Amino acid sequence: MATAPRRPPFRPLTRLWRVLSGDTGWKGIAGQLVFAGLLAWLVSDIVINARANLQAQHIASGFGFLAGTAGFSVNQALIRYSEADTYLRVFEVGLLNTLLVSIIGIVFATLIGFAVALGRLSPNWLLARLSGGYVEIIRNLPLLFQLLFWYLAVLAALPNPRQSLSVFGVAFLNNRGFVVPHMEPQQGAGVFVVAILAAIAASLVMMAYARRRLYRHGERLRVWPFALALLIGLPLLGIVLFGVPVSFDVPVLRGFNFTGGTRVTPELVALTIALSTYTAAFIAEIVRGGLLAVPKGQMEAGASLGLSRPAILRLVIIPQAMRLILPPLTNQYLNLTKNSSLAVAIGYPDLFSVFAGTTLSQTGQAVEIIAMTMAVYLAISLVTSALMNAYGWHLDRSQRA
Amino acid sequence: MKYGWLGIVMTSVFLGSLAPANAQATLKAVQERGVLSCGVSQGLPGFSAPDDTGKWSGLDVDFCRALAAVTLNDPLKVKFVPLSAKDRFTALQSGEIDVLSRNTTWSLSRDTSLGLNFTAVMYYDGQGFMVRKSLKVNSALELNGASVCVQTGTTNEQNLADYFRSNNMKYEVVAFATADETIKAYESGRCDVFTSDVSQLYAERLKLTVPDDHAVLPEIISKEPLGPVVRHGDDQWFDIVKWTLFAMVNAEELNVTQKNVGEMLKSNKPEIARLLGTDGNLGQQLGLTNDWVVRIVKAVGNYGESFDRNVGAGSKLRISRGLNKLWNQGGIQYAPPIR
Repeated sequence: MATAPRRPPFRPLTRLWRVLSGDTGWKGIAGQLVFAGLLAWLVSDIVINARANLQAQHIASGFGFLAGTAGFSVNQALIRYSEADTYLRVFEVGLLNTLLVSIIGIVFATLIGFAVALGRLSPNWLLARLSGGYVEIIRNLPLLFQLLFWYLAVLAALPNPRQSLSVFGVAFLNNRGFVVPHMEPQQGAGVFVVAILAAIAASLVMMAYARRRLYRHGERLRVWPFALALLIGLPLLGIVLFGVPVSFDVPVLRGFNFTGGTRVTPELVALTIALSTYTAAFIAEIVRGGLLAVPKGQMEAGASLGLSRPAILRLVIIPQAMRLILPPLTNQYLNLTKNSSLAVAIGYPDLFSVFAGTTLSQTGQAVEIIAMTMAVYLAISLVTSALMNAYGWHLDRSQRA
Repeated sequence: MKYGWLGIVMTSVFLGSLAPANAQATLKAVQERGVLSCGVSQGLPGFSAPDDTGKWSGLDVDFCRALAAVTLNDPLKVKFVPLSAKDRFTALQSGEIDVLSRNTTWSLSRDTSLGLNFTAVMYYDGQGFMVRKSLKVNSALELNGASVCVQTGTTNEQNLADYFRSNNMKYEVVAFATADETIKAYESGRCDVFTSDVSQLYAERLKLTVPDDHAVLPEIISKEPLGPVVRHGDDQWFDIVKWTLFAMVNAEELNVTQKNVGEMLKSNKPEIARLLGTDGNLGQQLGLTNDWVVRIVKAVGNYGESFDRNVGAGSKLRISRGLNKLWNQGGIQYAPPIR
């Protein structure tokens, strides 16, 4: 009995799917090209259409607005800024404010996060429960809510300027912020900075030398007393020889508020607290997961070498856990930076508030401003990722060596 | 490829949102939809605020209702879209709303660079300052060194800077996204001063725990003519919105009220007959029905009645008419004639 040769059924959709999903060979390449082409067409179509529509509606476009005078004030600027400056300057001021709160937030979030993770793993019952409670409460409440809570809590707890809490009569705490004397560099400031840098460099060299001695000869050198002496002594010497390198501008209560000095606003404080405590709850869980993922045998091996518990953590467990912790930790850093855009709710002048907010409403150039703002957040995130990847790479290499 | 489709969907959403720019016929779109989409504030007593049952009221809300009455013959067919100061123009540009009736200041840059048209002035306002009475400040010129709370995305931010700079006074500005956050920060003591349009100062003062502890200073530092806004490119709609407001003002001038409008229909005074459409076809010239003004007055009353009910003597705000009196009564509210 002759049987007809079996032929695969003709299924055009399945074949198209195979081609497009790019198995191998020319089909794969064709699929990628088609996809890339479609994407390019979509993007160009969006841009062309948006431009045409904006022109049809006579909505101003282009980046010329950046040179215009801003005409509004910002209450926290890390660089010199006045109402007569341009929108470009506003952009820079906002960007620096975003970076400032992000960096401070990341530092505190990491410290609190590690501490809470260690607390949760601690054999101390109370400490473990407290840490667990912290994580569960903080990570399960919306961030905006926490932000407003901290802001209103901070404000409610502080007195008005006329009843300021005074710190030795030079620094003052009130509901306008924390005012500290402003330092003006004077003659000899350069020498002072050089002295500090030299002391740090010398200490680092000594530490490297001590480590080499330890590894090569098994000898422990006591370095820290010398380092401390250098760090204090060299700058002191500078002061003795060249005079005090800074003058202090002490804040004075005049009318409504203190004039002079440098001020940390309640907005910055509340935003930092909210961002770092919130992110710390997530970091704590990531760190805990990383530490628990290191095999128990490592701990026992460390103990059998006679290392103390902190030493085991520092020398054996954490270096191995770091490789697991790093990628999700990076995510949290990125989240913190992006979440800082909630600042507008409590009047902290970050990029989103002064640029994508005030500047946008004054110029009306939504497309350009939103595009620039998106580009900035993207760039900050990519740089953060790159730094963290570089650190991870460094960890991998140093552990393989 | 799944994501390719997603891309196409998103693009069409994006393009679709820009598409109304080309549509000439907002009136037709509204009538086909059967509901007017009106951009209002997020809750400003007297101008646009929802009550506990979600029913909106206020001067700006009345205008939306009047517009719904002339276009849809039903003042209740309005969808109110609450917008922050920052988002309001984008919502109008993108076609999400048909008209922006949200205490919005008319200025040259807004009228030209946003692709929008301001229609007419609904309320002549000006920026002022509110302070705690305990500060014993009697004039804005005594505010040197003060911290000022302001809402971002408003003309107030720039006026504030101009005023303090031109008077050589120092100040600290704290800018918030919404009016609620601004007033909360002021109440918590973060600022010495709360600045906004004066009408808004009175409205926000009602939200404070003890409104009587706070006073509005006498200085008016800017001109803030507030009025409804429409998109460029639809002249018929621009006319309808503009004349709806003018009709309210003209109705007050001719003493046509919610109560007497039925009787007035029998009036043989030529001005009233033209206004109420018993003579001529002025309503049809706008693309509406000839009884358009009757619908407006039946729905919300004339300008004076609406003012009184929402912000004036008959309201909690008790703001005096001031500049907003009719031109023949000492104010500057003056509408072109309906003829």
